[in-house]
Amino acid sequence: MEIPRHWRLKKQRYGLVGEVCPHCDAKIFPPRDVCPHCGGEAKTAFNFSGRGEVYSYTVMHDAPAGFDQNTPYAVALVKLEEGPVVTAQLTDLGEEQPRIGMPVEMVTRKIREDANERGMLIYGYKFRPVLR
Amino acid sequence: MREVAVIGIGQTRVEEHWDKSLREIAGEAVLLALQECGLEQAESLYVGNMMSGSANRQQHLGSYIADWVGMRYTEGYHIEAACSSGAAAFRSALMAVASGSVDSAIAVGVEKMTDSPGGEITTQLATAADADWEADMGLSFVAINALIMQRYLHEYHWSKDDFAGFSINAHANGAHNPFARFQEPINKAGYQKAPMIAEPINLLDASPMGDGAAAAVLIPLDNIRKQAGQKLVKVVASTAATDTIAAHSRKNPIWLSAAEKSVKQAYNQAGISPNDIGVFELHDAFTIMAALSLEACGFAEPGQGPRAAIEEQICPKGRIPISTRGGLKARGHPVGATGMYQIVEVVQQLRGEAGETQVERPVYGMSQNIGGSGSNIITHIFKSE
Ligand SMILES: [Zn+2]
Repeated sequence: MEIPRHWRLKKQRYGLVGEVCPHCDAKIFPPRDVCPHCGGEAKTAFNFSGRGEVYSYTVMHDAPAGFDQNTPYAVALVKLEEGPVVTAQLTDLGEEQPRIGMPVEMVTRKIREDANERGMLIYGYKFRPVLR
Repeated sequence: MREVAVIGIGQTRVEEHWDKSLREIAGEAVLLALQECGLEQAESLYVGNMMSGSANRQQHLGSYIADWVGMRYTEGYHIEAACSSGAAAFRSALMAVASGSVDSAIAVGVEKMTDSPGGEITTQLATAADADWEADMGLSFVAINALIMQRYLHEYHWSKDDFAGFSINAHANGAHNPFARFQEPINKAGYQKAPMIAEPINLLDASPMGDGAAAAVLIPLDNIRKQAGQKLVKVVASTAATDTIAAHSRKNPIWLSAAEKSVKQAYNQAGISPNDIGVFELHDAFTIMAALSLEACGFAEPGQGPRAAIEEQICPKGRIPISTRGGLKARGHPVGATGMYQIVEVVQQLRGEAGETQVERPVYGMSQNIGGSGSNIITHIFKSE
């Protein structure tokens, strides 16, 4: 696994730190330094709330290498309340079936474990149903 | 720019070529294309391929294939644009000839997938998406398409079964194509019973991988001495557009903006409208992509793509025949080769060489190759003369 690449993304993976555009106020995640809405430079950090809803979902039965011990698991496009859509796993579903429109919130969880490479663990965001 | 014609085509069957290497199948397609037009070599070679570096531990396919086919000293490059690598190679060859830089070029698409175990291929296919923000979350390439399809079903109130017609048409046509991976028709009951991969995508929504290569020879139209009765196929449009690498970054993830952009430009270049297209080889990597392509290219209203399948408009005798040689679904989807198979098949149709699935006298044929989940879309229009 490419350690520097994951290390570099820790603020986003652990804290959903994105950007806000100083020109049009668009909230941007993941950060990309150029605002996708107005094209202006956007480097101001912005902390997302982590709340959103499921925009779409699926369940993985046939996983890529490194994830196969977790199948089946649900993944989703989550629309954050500030606007952007992110791709992430769903977690803590219990008996609940994922559904479009389901309110969810971000939690930090283990995403991947690489048994071959010194037991390296990758942590990052997943989303769970909002507790009622 | 000079007008350019496709004068030779060649292809291998899409299957598990356990006994053949990447260069053997690519070489076979190139030599068939050269033989067909009586040329011994071309001035430049463009090899479309997505994953040879990881799947076959071989990059630098320009030199690798030129050397193998006896074209040492020819100019040669490896062109990569994920699943649209094949059409990208063709467009590169076209630009070289049209510009006057060379007088002949070969485009070949090749993918040799069975050298690596399935799990590794799944991981490699996901490199067409955004590594940091899609693949790292544990998504396969199928899963990204499943997210798109699930949302589409929700917004437009289709049921999954409404997509069966895409798969049934592809398999019915593939049954008549000796180069197709699958040559057995399927029916609706079979589609409904197919095992789920990532809901709502089941095994019969998804195209199969395989090993394969397809090639074409391009020369300036003016250099051809046309023989009586001979049908020439010339390129009348070639366009490409990118979109965000991650599906989640798009304003509307269930609309192929890059397809719309490239196809509008292509219709303009050719000076035609969607009604003039007699055959359309689209990128049915998943049934949802067939629906989205039809919509973006003006053959169905937004959200109405499945209707074209339900009403059998997409069959060889229908209003807009697609996947006429099996499409990605039945001919197979050897990723970086697919765009070249599509082009070879459109040429077959325009020459009247498509056998049982021949469309009645098409004048214009279109191919559209999609890279990633819609992030790189290349459109070509051909005309028979
Ligand atoms: Zn802005």
